[in-house]
Amino acid sequence: MKTLILRTASNYLLPILLLISIFILLRGHYLPGGGFVGGLIASIAFVLHAFANGLKNTKRLLKFHPGYLMPVGLAVSFLSGVLPVIGFDEPFMTGLWMHDAIPVLGKLGTALFFDIGVYIVVQGVTLTIIFTISESA
Amino acid sequence: MQQLLLYPLLFQLFLSIFLMFFWKKIDAQKIISIVGGFIAVFLSGVLFYTVWNSGIQTVQAASWEAPYGITFVADTLSATLVLLTSIAGLAVSFFSSASVIPARLRFGYFPIYHFLLLGLTGAFLTGDIFNLYVWFEIIIISSFVLITLGGEKAQIEGAVKYFTLNILASIIFLTAIAVLYGLAGSLNMADLATIIPQLENRKLVEVAAILFLVGFGIKSAVFPLYFWLPASYHTPPSAVAAIFGGLLTKVGVYALIRIFSLIFLDDVFLDDILLVVAVLTIFSGAIGSLVQKNVRKIFSYLIICHIGFMIAGLGMGTEIAFAGMVFYLIHDIMVKTNLFMVSGLIYRIKGTNNVRLLGDLYANFPKLSLLMFIPLLSVIGVPPFSGFWPKVSLIIASLNEKNYVIMGAIIFGSLLTLIIIARLWSNVFWKKGEDLPKRDHFLYFQKMNRLKKFQFLAPIILLAGVSLYIGFGAEHMQQLSNRIASELIDNTQYIEAVMPQNN
Repeated sequence: MKTLILRTASNYLLPILLLISIFILLRGHYLPGGGFVGGLIASIAFVLHAFANGLKNTKRLLKFHPGYLMPVGLAVSFLSGVLPVIGFDEPFMTGLWMHDAIPVLGKLGTALFFDIGVYIVVQGVTLTIIFTISESA
Repeated sequence: MQQLLLYPLLFQLFLSIFLMFFWKKIDAQKIISIVGGFIAVFLSGVLFYTVWNSGIQTVQAASWEAPYGITFVADTLSATLVLLTSIAGLAVSFFSSASVIPARLRFGYFPIYHFLLLGLTGAFLTGDIFNLYVWFEIIIISSFVLITLGGEKAQIEGAVKYFTLNILASIIFLTAIAVLYGLAGSLNMADLATIIPQLENRKLVEVAAILFLVGFGIKSAVFPLYFWLPASYHTPPSAVAAIFGGLLTKVGVYALIRIFSLIFLDDVFLDDILLVVAVLTIFSGAIGSLVQKNVRKIFSYLIICHIGFMIAGLGMGTEIAFAGMVFYLIHDIMVKTNLFMVSGLIYRIKGTNNVRLLGDLYANFPKLSLLMFIPLLSVIGVPPFSGFWPKVSLIIASLNEKNYVIMGAIIFGSLLTLIIIARLWSNVFWKKGEDLPKRDHFLYFQKMNRLKKFQFLAPIILLAGVSLYIGFGAEHMQQLSNRIASELIDNTQYIEAVMPQNN
């Protein structure tokens, strides 16, 4: 599918899709959205880029194997869950929230970091699966 | 220190994530896994000590109170099983580091292995029935990976059977949860224990109970639903088979114990079904084992046979029976894990697990043979080895109940186990073996360096030591089992620990 139109469009779509995915991620806690959907949208951005420009170019763009995202994301989620246990002697996964809201982002809490972890894991898993399949095909 | 309960669980999760960062560095993974295993044993030991001294511990995850949030509960049974899981986990970590070939280790064997231990620990600790389902999913997903890792033809064939039946079991389990939730409107086990006895619709409660029995029955390999186990357990590497044989079916038994001692009580119909299933399980396991020619298949059928003993204890439902069942569970986890490692060691020495071809082991390796003799004697239950004491409790319980069929089945099962193991001993250790052609590219035990030999033998010695302790320190184990049995019989302690506001 190396058409000129798609190739040109994908260069613009990649950053836009990534922005949307981050928007969806941040929107998550009270509204529809969250880490899982956000991660899927982000991986769609890379998959589209791979369709238009070939897998090699996308890999060069990523600079590292997407599989490495999995442990990183898991670690982020894990730390957000363990933080209340270690720091505050509260049960695992207890939500900790900042008192004051930050402009644009709103109130920050451990739930956001859990979602960020999910976001990274989902990207890692989806991209690893899709890259492996398209490599062997 | 309230959070102590979750440390064994969180530590396994931490280990598996940490191991993923060392994806390509196999040697580092081995060291982390073994060191982590020691820490896990320590943490579980601390948890057990705390539960033993200060009673049932609970944590409400994310601070959501009991009937709504997910509760983690460590009563004595859970704490004991978590401790046993970590001990077996440590042993198998050791054993894997030497016996599993690098080609398998390279695809994330250790991270997945610790995910499996995470699932087991979680299943033992959770107090929420839907959360139990989630832990079961973690267990079976990681076990699918472990059983297919390597991708040999026989392995895939075994894995397909394993996969199909376990997915089926999960679906039935999920249906049962749905029915239960529709009936009671709660998923917290302690909450269910208070609601279910008051429900009017007994028939539907019974249906839910039967669904649970079928779902967990498949997972714990009881009578009509056991055939996936011998079809799949001999295919993966012996280290994987060891953790599967030691713990995977036992987690099904644990779930049955929890459900039928906490939620579905005093149902004569169900108890009868359990007893019938138990007798048939003992018979089919024992007779199946009798005709097998592969060491690991023999052990696989023995697992089924001995699951029957535990189900029998559960079906009788008296305090002595529960004590015997729990004692048997403790003994069985240690000894079955060890037996599969022994089969792995035999395979490494001779290059085959076929009983017809094996032989001469005692003549060539007298000390090793004596070491392997310990788990074999334990599984038979020759006094004073560990299998003997729980059977005494079970037989006393069946005498008290005047249930001579159960008593006969237990004696029959023990007798056949004795015959099977005696024949195995004479065939594998005493008989003059065939001259086996030397296999190329196969690392025989005799040619290993000292470190590798140590890695092979240390876990077997460790678990044999634990088995010996269970046998010779039977008084302590009996105290422990009696306490667990009394907690299981009187479930108010459990309910009160989870939901103190009700009283």
